Amino acid sequence: MATRLPAVDVALVGFGLTGSMLAQELTDAGLKVLALERGGFRDTVPDFAIDHIQDEYRYAVRDDLVEEPERETLTFRNSADQVALPMRHIGSFRPAVGAGGAAVHWNGQTWRFLPTDFRMRSHTLERYGKKFVPEGMTIQDWPVTYEELEAHYDKFEYLCGISGKAGNLGGKIVDGGNPFEGARKRDYPLPPLKRSYATVLFDKAAKEVGLKPFPCPAANTSKPYKNIYGVQMGQCTFCGYCEWFGCGNYSKASPQSTIFPVLLKKTNFELRSHCNVLRVKLDGSGKRATGVTYVDEMGREFEQPAELVILCAYTTHNIHLLLLSGIGKPYQPGKGEGVIGRNYAYQITSSVDVFTDEILNPFMGAGSLGQAVDEFNGDNFDHGPHGFIGGGYIALWTTGGRPILQHYLPQDAPSWGSGWKKAMKENYLKACSIATHGSVMSYRDAWADLDPTYRSSYGDPLLRLTFDFHDNEHRMSSFLTDKAAEIGSAMKPRAMHVKQRKGHYSIVPYQTTHNTGGAIMGSDPKTSALNRYLQSWDVPNVFVMGACAFPQNHGYNPTGTVGALTYWAADAIVNQYLKRPGPLVHA
Amino acid sequence: MREIALLIVATLCTASAWAEPMHSAIERGRYLAAAGDCAACHTADGGKPYAGGRPVPTPFGVIYSTNITPDKETGIGRWTEEQFYQAMHEGISADGKHLYPAFPYPWYTKLSRDDVDAIKAFLDALPPVREENKQTALPWPFSVREVMAGWNTLYFHKGEFKPDPGQSAEWNRGAYLVEGLGHCSACHTPKNIAGGLKTGQKLEGGYGENWYATSLTNDVRDGLGDWTLDDIVQYLKTGANAKAAATGPMAEVIENSTQHLNDADLRAIAAYLRSVPGRNEAKSPETDKQRLARGEALYIDQCSGCHMEDGSGQPQVFPPLKGNAVVQAREPGAMLHMIIDGARIAATKSNPTGLAMPAFGWKLTDQDIAELATYLRAAWGNKAAPVAVSDVKKTRDRVAKAARAQ
Repeated sequence: MATRLPAVDVALVGFGLTGSMLAQELTDAGLKVLALERGGFRDTVPDFAIDHIQDEYRYAVRDDLVEEPERETLTFRNSADQVALPMRHIGSFRPAVGAGGAAVHWNGQTWRFLPTDFRMRSHTLERYGKKFVPEGMTIQDWPVTYEELEAHYDKFEYLCGISGKAGNLGGKIVDGGNPFEGARKRDYPLPPLKRSYATVLFDKAAKEVGLKPFPCPAANTSKPYKNIYGVQMGQCTFCGYCEWFGCGNYSKASPQSTIFPVLLKKTNFELRSHCNVLRVKLDGSGKRATGVTYVDEMGREFEQPAELVILCAYTTHNIHLLLLSGIGKPYQPGKGEGVIGRNYAYQITSSVDVFTDEILNPFMGAGSLGQAVDEFNGDNFDHGPHGFIGGGYIALWTTGGRPILQHYLPQDAPSWGSGWKKAMKENYLKACSIATHGSVMSYRDAWADLDPTYRSSYGDPLLRLTFDFHDNEHRMSSFLTDKAAEIGSAMKPRAMHVKQRKGHYSIVPYQTTHNTGGAIMGSDPKTSALNRYLQSWDVPNVFVMGACAFPQNHGYNPTGTVGALTYWAADAIVNQYLKRPGPLVHA
Repeated sequence: MREIALLIVATLCTASAWAEPMHSAIERGRYLAAAGDCAACHTADGGKPYAGGRPVPTPFGVIYSTNITPDKETGIGRWTEEQFYQAMHEGISADGKHLYPAFPYPWYTKLSRDDVDAIKAFLDALPPVREENKQTALPWPFSVREVMAGWNTLYFHKGEFKPDPGQSAEWNRGAYLVEGLGHCSACHTPKNIAGGLKTGQKLEGGYGENWYATSLTNDVRDGLGDWTLDDIVQYLKTGANAKAAATGPMAEVIENSTQHLNDADLRAIAAYLRSVPGRNEAKSPETDKQRLARGEALYIDQCSGCHMEDGSGQPQVFPPLKGNAVVQAREPGAMLHMIIDGARIAATKSNPTGLAMPAFGWKLTDQDIAELATYLRAAWGNKAAPVAVSDVKKTRDRVAKAARAQ
């Protein structure tokens, strides 16, 4: 029997990036906000302190900061004719557990999507015609434009202290920045990070093949910074331990380093950790949420009434909770009907390892220390001759040179023994890798639903993912990889290893934690779960944050857009919803 | 004409008229209670404001602060203004018992009657909290309260603050705040074995709450000699300036007390402190190149990420160690405390972050820490005596005591 608790104004499910941002904004608006987090509390010191955080075995190999599949997992299959099986080890993607969420162990690569990305379907039809979109591809326009999100992208960048260089200031192209980006009102808050030598070589090579390289926008501070809430960050030390580690130097933007110091002092905010939300509770009409039910670490069940419930968990967990709670019609691929689970997508990546004669000192890195080209992203190039949709950026990142997992060897190097040691000695300092980061379109046969067989420790069906790469993505990725290899060749390497992404998607090797879709935003309740303000069409006092709202996955890392959408939704809640609670868009 | 009149009033009764106009005695009392940092001791961690019960470590044992809310049974609700003044002015409780000088009556004695009454008015306006006082149990002979009468004869100088007519009104206001309400020398002046102040070494640095409190004199190395007036004001207002950041008990002083003071009072404190002479004695740092090289290697590996290779730090974020008074202090206690146990910078209204340094005591040996500290005291033009392994051991004991007192 659940214990009923005193009501709050807002219950946030999950206390990661979007949860912290909303908590800060909604407490500022005077609301009583409660965050329920399934993991524990974590802070820069002591949890990520520099006296111990550079422990690759503990964090990168043993996954100390990410969710444990033995506690919570999902099932996976490539296609409807297979039987999905539970994911028993962390692999392809790494959702987090604990305060700060995955914004603790991310790299900090913080992009804006292209203006045309937000008009994916109409833009493609306008430029290439209806026949260009293959059968079964279910791409949609976003219900919000780049121009509407610009101020929110800006706010997010000034929250995080992004280091970068503008390429388009108010429509004026700026030399040295990304000339393809949408117009921005002002430059990034901090100048670009100092470059690694590998990125200097990439920059030179990219220019030689006629491209316009620029420094990647980084949530790693190039200088000390004080953000929009008055929170201070230290300057990045290029220690090379960003991805899969918390930052001990206050240099990588995370809720800990940008929001917690002000948020946690507020008397109208409360964090309850080790509380796992199992349901959003609805009233008899099914049109209104009355709160949530959760189980604490002792296994006790509580009912938490709330006026507003906002799902801020990871993409897959948000979809799961919507399905379990009966909010929105579950997606049925056969009929192409239903919205929850629809348009699940991922990211397609590949790389080209480059072996140089010069010493590159790869250990001196930062999670978003990179140089990129954007000529082949989105619709920045004519897709007509290629016959595929989508694109991606090509970048050389110097994220670090950790001893266990971060090294590159030529293809002919032995994989063990003294030969391996010799090759490692010869190559460790003289190798780097060019990455491609490609879009994945949404398809009728890629979705999420409840698994018919496997259940969680709470007795609930697990979430089931059905996903594979399609021909369109393989051709796009292959095109990108060839372009990356052209740049690699221009770096005049002594050896090069081109690693195309081929075959079926596998959930086993790590690729990226860029899962998108499943509870997408749109302008039609028949084909989207959320309206343009991330509000549920079906239960208007439920909002859903995160990349689950993306109608398809574009060629950039999602966090910049997740951050902008969160501020966009917060603005709508504070300035519209609170004044007149109810649907903000009438279908 | 009016300005002149005001100036005269300010000079004549420095004690109460300098502060910004207060609309009521209660509000004035609230401000003065902040300046006196009453809440720091009289509010326990997680306890109700001013309800006492916080353990205050002293060299003689732990003393528990008392409930000073207006609760009639457990607080000071039945105390008259006269009795409250007697406690503040003479260190004698309403029941006639001698108070221990962990309650800073040797400083509060300098307060004007007006100010004491205002503080009482503020405390009387607090919500009464029923919270029984915890019994303080010091070992004999300190358990005998009458012993304090003898202590008072030796070390206590009763009497309200007398302005120095040769100094400015600002200086006098600063002296009143530093020597009276602020009771800065309770930590910053060295004490003798009986806990009496070594008055000949005023503000030259001492121990408080198991931390070494650095010199507030104008010594250019271990004091405020190269601080401007604005540096001092910024430090007390925000918790950090370009030269230093407040940690340990001083962080609490800034959080609970000085950040709430108005700029005029902070400037007055700064003006007074700038007039305290420093010794500027010659210092002989370590010259053994091998020892310094070992310290430097530890510095590069463990510290340079934040404090930078040249010791310049990241101003306003991570304090510079070059020219740092804590690093060059006569006693290395505060620096060793931070290396061993870590530290958190004061989190204030204007600097809410509370940036923290992790503890290194678990991964560095006593010898490592001594060598690292010796290097810091000789690097980049810093000049201070080498640190011995025994200094590190002593500080480890203090860190352990501080942890037990929590």
